[in-house]
Amino acid sequence: MSTETNLKTRLITDFHAREAVMNGEASSEFHQKKRAGLAQFEQLGFPTIKHEEWKYSNVRDLISVSYDFNADSSIGLAELEDLKVPAQEANILYFVNGRYNAELSTIISPVEKVTISALSEAYKNDPAKVASHFNELTKDAEDAFTALNTAFTQDGVFIHIPDNQSVEHPIILRFVSDAREKNVGSQPRNIISVGKNAHVKLAEAFRTLGEQRSFTNAVTEIHVAEEANVQYYKVQNESDNAYHVGTTQVRMLDRSHFYAGTVTLNGKFTRNNLNIVLDGEHCDAHMYGLYFPDGSQHVDNHTVADHQKPNSESNELYKGILRDKSKGVFNGKIFVRPDAQKTNAFQSCKNIVLSPDATMNTKPQLEIFADDVKCSHGTTTGQIDEEALFYMRSRGISQPEAMSLLMFAFCADVVQQIKIDSIREYLENVITQKLASK
Amino acid sequence: MRITFAGNYHELSFKYKSVMLSINDLRASIEGKEILKGINLEVKPGEVHAIMGPNGSGKSTLASVLAGREEYEVTGGNVVFDGKQILELAPEERAAEGIFLAFQYPVEIPGVTTINFLKTAVNEIRKYKGESPLDAAQFLKMVREKAKLVSMNDSLLKRALNEGFSGGEKKRNEIFQMAVLEPKLAILDETDSGLDIDALRIVAEGVNSLRSPERSTIVVTHYQRLLDYIVPDYVHVLYKGRIVKSGPKELALELEEKGYDWIKAEVEAVG
Ligand SMILES: Nc1ncnc2c1ncn2[C@@H]1O[C@H](COP(=O)(O)OP(=O)(O)O)[C@@H](O)[C@H]1O
Ligand SMILES: [Mg+2]
Repeated sequence: MSTETNLKTRLITDFHAREAVMNGEASSEFHQKKRAGLAQFEQLGFPTIKHEEWKYSNVRDLISVSYDFNADSSIGLAELEDLKVPAQEANILYFVNGRYNAELSTIISPVEKVTISALSEAYKNDPAKVASHFNELTKDAEDAFTALNTAFTQDGVFIHIPDNQSVEHPIILRFVSDAREKNVGSQPRNIISVGKNAHVKLAEAFRTLGEQRSFTNAVTEIHVAEEANVQYYKVQNESDNAYHVGTTQVRMLDRSHFYAGTVTLNGKFTRNNLNIVLDGEHCDAHMYGLYFPDGSQHVDNHTVADHQKPNSESNELYKGILRDKSKGVFNGKIFVRPDAQKTNAFQSCKNIVLSPDATMNTKPQLEIFADDVKCSHGTTTGQIDEEALFYMRSRGISQPEAMSLLMFAFCADVVQQIKIDSIREYLENVITQKLASK
Repeated sequence: MRITFAGNYHELSFKYKSVMLSINDLRASIEGKEILKGINLEVKPGEVHAIMGPNGSGKSTLASVLAGREEYEVTGGNVVFDGKQILELAPEERAAEGIFLAFQYPVEIPGVTTINFLKTAVNEIRKYKGESPLDAAQFLKMVREKAKLVSMNDSLLKRALNEGFSGGEKKRNEIFQMAVLEPKLAILDETDSGLDIDALRIVAEGVNSLRSPERSTIVVTHYQRLLDYIVPDYVHVLYKGRIVKSGPKELALELEEKGYDWIKAEVEAVG
């Protein structure tokens, strides 16, 4: 038996073992959705590089070992200090090895403005509501990892913001993998529902503790109602032994605004799917991304802007700096459906490759079925601008300092888009250190 | 013995002091093509030298080689600046030693503000010299004064370096940077090109206000116009990678009047 079938079989067996001890709950709507997820995962199996969407990202290594998906962790505040996560007045929720840790978490926003709870708790309180939202946006995904997450959903966050509420303090979700003792896996599922004309800033931060492997398979579903304004950031600063596959699935309704910032600072293997369905008129979706792989790290960003209705706009800018033997992948899809006249869609992916052994694969993919649209896309992959470097050096700025200034400047327009101050400042610090380190 | 030694030492340092820059038989090429074919030039403290010559004769190449641009391969000769051999130094070390090049084509650098760029430059140079960095307040005060000198608008300082600047603003920014860095030797490469007469006057005033008995200037231009404002002590004509004629400031007027053909003819005649 190959290792792939090993992990797959083990997961399926595990699912049935859990199901066997569920009693009545096994017939619930929630569990039926999970079961459908398992069936889909069973049918799809882990993707290989023959799969068009996984051509440049090989998960062979990821699935070559087993992970404990139920690992306990004794993690406390002291250990978290070491991770130097930024602090600011915010709602901060901790998930350790995929499970909500109430002790470490603080929720400060009033309940009239926002319901924030662990998915596990939300389900206890209102099973029908959670079950109906669960997998609603991702149900048509033909993706093995999403299906796997659906089958194994245990915890994550459930956030609901009622109509017309503006949540003053950001909501920061911190996912910590405690891999100090063994290989650990987690599959958080986040469901976020933002009401009409509601405003919120959210962030997901992923960190690892310890040197063993971690595998995170995260799925976030975000419902953006009419006129809502959502800022959503995903920051990954995991270990050199961290494997991460994540999907964020967004559905936007009329006149809503959605901003996504996806920053991959560190991790062995990262695959981010950001899928936005613009299912309304006069919406605007913004996608910003930044990645800094080094060593033999691999970062893959797949994005989709799916324009289904007229008069909306999507705007995308991804940037990367690649060193050593690292690999980067960018695949940006823009769909303009037949109804989506007067769509504006812009996409750009810019990369600096600092080593001859690093590679970047970029693939813009535009499928346009309407005739009155404005679309543009462009990708560049180049080296540091030698003219600029000489100019700076001729003013007395040392070569390494000039390099880091130039690279920092290269990232600046993405970093400036991060509107949660503590996270932006954290990124500025980490990026400065990263750029200065070589 | 000791007295003799001291005497020699003084003589030596006196010699170096009396020459700011000494270029000896400098040869440089790019992509295997020799551009500078044996340049000799001596600049003393306080002097202004103009280097003129037709397009493509190697003026910018000379300026770039002095500033340390690495694409050019130095194939022969040496350059002594303020008592030090500089050809082995990195561009940033030359800058810290006091060489400044005002670029013919200043580079646009998105994402780096002029002010932040200059602050980094000033403090890197201070670090090189073993001085402590200027704090934000000291730096701002100094920068404001220098900005006035060349009528640099405050708003330009906060914008990304040269990005979207007009030609004139870029050139003014070069002189502003020079004023901030206070080099011993300023090399101005075609700083006059693309300037209207008012901008030219502002730039020239900026340069003149920095003139001092300790500072030297090399003005590269192919028009006499700038030299009405920045009056040189010597004028050199660079042609096909060699200095083919040197003279007093009147030489510039002669060139203005008669063009370069007579010089070319002279050179060809000598062979
Ligand atoms: N980067 C370069 N690559 C190839 N040739 C160059 C380069 N820079 C200058 N040259 C050549 O060197 C010669 C001198 O150029 P330059 O120094 O710019 O002259 P000037 O400043 O006097 O007009 C020209 O023939 C020019 O084409
Ligand atoms: Mg020139």
